[in-house]
Amino acid sequence: MPPDANSFPRLAPGCRLNEKSQQPRMLLMPERALRLNGPSLEIIERCDGKHTVQQIVVDLQKIYSKAEPQKVESDILGYLALLHDQRALDFT
Amino acid sequence: MNAELSNPLALIAELTHRCPLHCVYCSNPLEMQSRQNELSTETWSRVFKEAAAAGVLQADFTGGEPLARTDIIELVRAARAAGLYVNLITSGLPMDEAKLAALVEAGLDHMQLSFQGAREEIANEISGTKSHAQKLRVLEWLKLHRIAVTLNFVIHRRNIDQLEEMLAIAESSSATRIEFANVQYYGWAFANRENLLPTRGQVNDSVEFIKREQERLKGKIRIEFVVPDYYAKYPKPCMGGWGRKLMLITPSGDALPCHAAQVIPGLTFENVKDHSLAEIWEKSAAFQKFRGEGWMQEPCKTCDRREQDFGGCRCQALLLAGDVAATDPVCSLSPMRPKVDAILAEMNSASTAEIFVKPAWLYRPNPV
Repeated sequence: MPPDANSFPRLAPGCRLNEKSQQPRMLLMPERALRLNGPSLEIIERCDGKHTVQQIVVDLQKIYSKAEPQKVESDILGYLALLHDQRALDFT
Repeated sequence: MNAELSNPLALIAELTHRCPLHCVYCSNPLEMQSRQNELSTETWSRVFKEAAAAGVLQADFTGGEPLARTDIIELVRAARAAGLYVNLITSGLPMDEAKLAALVEAGLDHMQLSFQGAREEIANEISGTKSHAQKLRVLEWLKLHRIAVTLNFVIHRRNIDQLEEMLAIAESSSATRIEFANVQYYGWAFANRENLLPTRGQVNDSVEFIKREQERLKGKIRIEFVVPDYYAKYPKPCMGGWGRKLMLITPSGDALPCHAAQVIPGLTFENVKDHSLAEIWEKSAAFQKFRGEGWMQEPCKTCDRREQDFGGCRCQALLLAGDVAATDPVCSLSPMRPKVDAILAEMNSASTAEIFVKPAWLYRPNPV
């Protein structure tokens, strides 16, 4: 199920980015780690409980202004739903 | 590092072999290290820095009981400062609210709390100590902290019928992950196998139950299920492949490719007091011994699955086939599979009364 556009995604307890000095950037979580590329890192950096899903979509649409806005939105919603299923995100 | 060799991803830090529990399936070796041989705080701190520099992402603090180390808070702080994600694999003893708060403050990312059953009676029987009530208290304290929690239930014949009650404990806690891990048969578990191996009916029922509950709890609790590999068609990818992802450091500092590697004759292990982690990972003969595919025999050598399961478990090959380089005998393609089938057939044909009588367990003692 896609997340509510007005909800605030936040990394779940025990899920965090490695340090900025560490390369490649990774999302660390219990018993696993996800390697992050450009957009996935930009999304996760905004999952801080202060940005709504809608704000993240708008931000990324600005950064990737050459991409189809609808495509950016559906990619973000899909990625957030995936992270939620893996218990990496909470929505408040 | 050379081009073909990937870096280690996790460091399993066996901080001590001391433990207040005496579980009949403990993964520690039959011969344990005593307290005076344990690595110092300083040496562990150096090892954590070397691990992070070598590309390791996660440190798994285990034992024995890692909380038996009086410097556990310092060790968590040191591993976190080195840039590692810190997992604590614990029985929850000895712990109080203040100790938990200090661990979280020091940077602990994730706690994996082990359970020996859903009910006090069986849990205490398996652990050889009164520990179950304390674990339930720890679960309450954990609700007060922002930390990831996994509950690990070790499953076998005498508690596999309690999965529903185990899940209820998890659902009333702050855990977002639960492992139902069937006992794997090495060391202490191998010695107690006759009384631990579940029946085929039990295994089938548990697989059905897990499938249903994984669907129901999607997005709430992730449920991992480890089957007893004697009942599997193919072997597990033991340690994610020998010398491929993981390094285990024993309490005295020996670097091993797996928990049970010391049972394999002819292997010698380097110690972190004498060599850097990167040097051991690249050059240790023990780590190279079963790395890659060069050591494989048929049927592994030409099998399509060899990059998935890496031939299975070397220690199990030794224990069941008597040949450390053989295909893991639990594999349906192994010429030694009939031996595993005979073990299962004998157990499954016995009467319920026979196999559910309270056994004379061989308990794991503490190191002297």
